[in-house]
Amino acid sequence: MMGILSNKRLLLSLLVGFTLVYPFLFGQSGYFITLFVMISIYVITAMALNLLVGNGGQMSVGHAGFLTVGGYTVAILTTKVGLPLLVVLPLAGVVTGVIGLIIGLPAVRLKGHFLAVATLGFGISIPQIALNWNSLTGGYSGLAVSRPDWLSNNLSFFYLIILVLVLVTWLIHNILKSSLGRAFVAIRESEVAAQSTGVNLSFYKTVMFMISAFFTGIAGGLYGYWFGYVSPNDFTLATSFLLLAMVVVGGLASIPGAIIGAVIFTILPELTRSFVGLNNIIIGIAVVLAILFLPKGLVSITEFFKKRSQPITVKEGTDRTGGMVKDANI
Amino acid sequence: MLTFKDVTVQFAGLTAVKKLSFEVPEGQIYSIIGPNGAGKTTVFNCISRFYKPVSGSITFIGEDLMKLKPHQVIKRGIARSFQNVELFREMTVLDNLLTGLHPIMKKNILSIALNLPSIKRDERIAREKANEVMEMLNIEHLAYEKVSNLSFGYQKMVDIGRAMMSDPKLILLDEPVAGMNSNETEKISQLILKLKEELNYTVLLIEHDMSLVMEISDLVTVMSFGEKIAHGVPKEVQNNPVVIEAYLGEVEEDAQFV
Ligand SMILES: Nc1ncnc2c1ncn2[C@@H]1O[C@H](COP(=O)(O)OP(=O)(O)OP(=O)(O)O)[C@@H](O)[C@H]1O
Ligand SMILES: [Mg+2]
Repeated sequence: MMGILSNKRLLLSLLVGFTLVYPFLFGQSGYFITLFVMISIYVITAMALNLLVGNGGQMSVGHAGFLTVGGYTVAILTTKVGLPLLVVLPLAGVVTGVIGLIIGLPAVRLKGHFLAVATLGFGISIPQIALNWNSLTGGYSGLAVSRPDWLSNNLSFFYLIILVLVLVTWLIHNILKSSLGRAFVAIRESEVAAQSTGVNLSFYKTVMFMISAFFTGIAGGLYGYWFGYVSPNDFTLATSFLLLAMVVVGGLASIPGAIIGAVIFTILPELTRSFVGLNNIIIGIAVVLAILFLPKGLVSITEFFKKRSQPITVKEGTDRTGGMVKDANI
Repeated sequence: MLTFKDVTVQFAGLTAVKKLSFEVPEGQIYSIIGPNGAGKTTVFNCISRFYKPVSGSITFIGEDLMKLKPHQVIKRGIARSFQNVELFREMTVLDNLLTGLHPIMKKNILSIALNLPSIKRDERIAREKANEVMEMLNIEHLAYEKVSNLSFGYQKMVDIGRAMMSDPKLILLDEPVAGMNSNETEKISQLILKLKEELNYTVLLIEHDMSLVMEISDLVTVMSFGEKIAHGVPKEVQNNPVVIEAYLGEVEEDAQFV
């Protein structure tokens, strides 16, 4: 079992193989495909949020707002403008990315709690704007999204989602392992050292918000296409918190972590649906347990086993200065 | 190359650096010494643009440094290490070093996201450079080790290595051998000489280890309570009564010094 878990390539092929045959396992049931679509939407969003929160160390309690922006962009561009999917979906990302940039510009000057409150404000105001900007958003009744004919079949939509999912994962993976990704982590680890190595803090923090919003917008766009309909309360404050729970429980700064978290927290509410209230309690307990016992999330379980089989010790002697006090003078 | 002219730095009433002037000539190892709290690190933080002097000027190869933001300093060819190490603790040694190359890496988001060949090539060259630096520091075996798992001595080396990555013209080293044993100290001493002689860096060094300072420095400036109290080649400084007096009372320093 552990062998499988630590063999990335095997694990990946199993995962891809499973998803490809997934619809047939459940007789192409609409319910199970919808479940899969929701998982995919949350996987993309959780990865995007993790880039910002886990890698970059910046807080966002308003990512549901970006999902909503993505969804409405798709609705407006398909029904009111009539553009094709291959243009609309990337545009959903671009429009949301621009919103992310606008939010990011002032937000990057804020730290910790203040940034949390600012993004919270954004997350809360987006549904309000959707509700009140009648001429653009259709207000309370929302907007319809027209799916192209070639996607009318659920199975073809399913494979489109897989394609987008794989593509987005690959793009985010590339970003995170590049000099850009290192700059994000550098900012999280030490703003002083990051600046000394040439990282422009406000620029990269804004870029982080923009990239994170871009991919979240694409996820929101997929949502719009799948359900054929968007309304102001599709993604609320509760969604923003759920997304954070995914990232924290799954594993901060880890793509597999975001995936695990998104899968668990999309399926869990389905299982506990008949017990109202239980869902939130379970999520709450899971977050607390993760913070207490698995600060690096569920994904670190495999590391835990790996560590056991090959212990590494590099620490020689003790820290003679007793130093490494991070807040001491730089 | 680097010129301080009448630089004064104050913190809420406390004058950390008072009318300090000095000039670091190109290609030399220039040391700043002085008792604890003399204002040495403050000098570095002014160069890095973390602290803003209340008066005076700092120029580097004719350019006014005060016009720069902290992240722009490295592009002018000035890199630094930190007294208490400021590493990216959750990153590996290799990634820490690669981050030191940030100023010259390509930053086009689109090509990065698509992992285009130009990005791959950049990354490969960066890794080669990191390997070179790790070899020079003898830490190749630690490349994939997380920095937070290393001893303080190794962390100091990584901190210095990161500053070396961008091939700076001027490198600022803040107590590079603090917390190192005599063996490690000897290695760093050799390394600093190598930086000057083989890589043609100019070195601005803060250090309490007097035997190291006297052995490798070309010029030494002595600070006490924010002021420059002596200046010259190691021999002159060593025998200057003012300097010896400044160190009196600093029992530990004094013992090292004489
Ligand atoms: N950010 C700051 N805020 C307030 N006071 C400061 C700050 N940084 C330094 N100081 C003060 O300025 C003075 C000089 O400090 P500095 O760190 O430059 O000394 P140093 O010569 O590097 O000493 P050491 O040898 O102990 O490293 C000290 O009195 C210190 O407390
Ligand atoms: Mg100091």
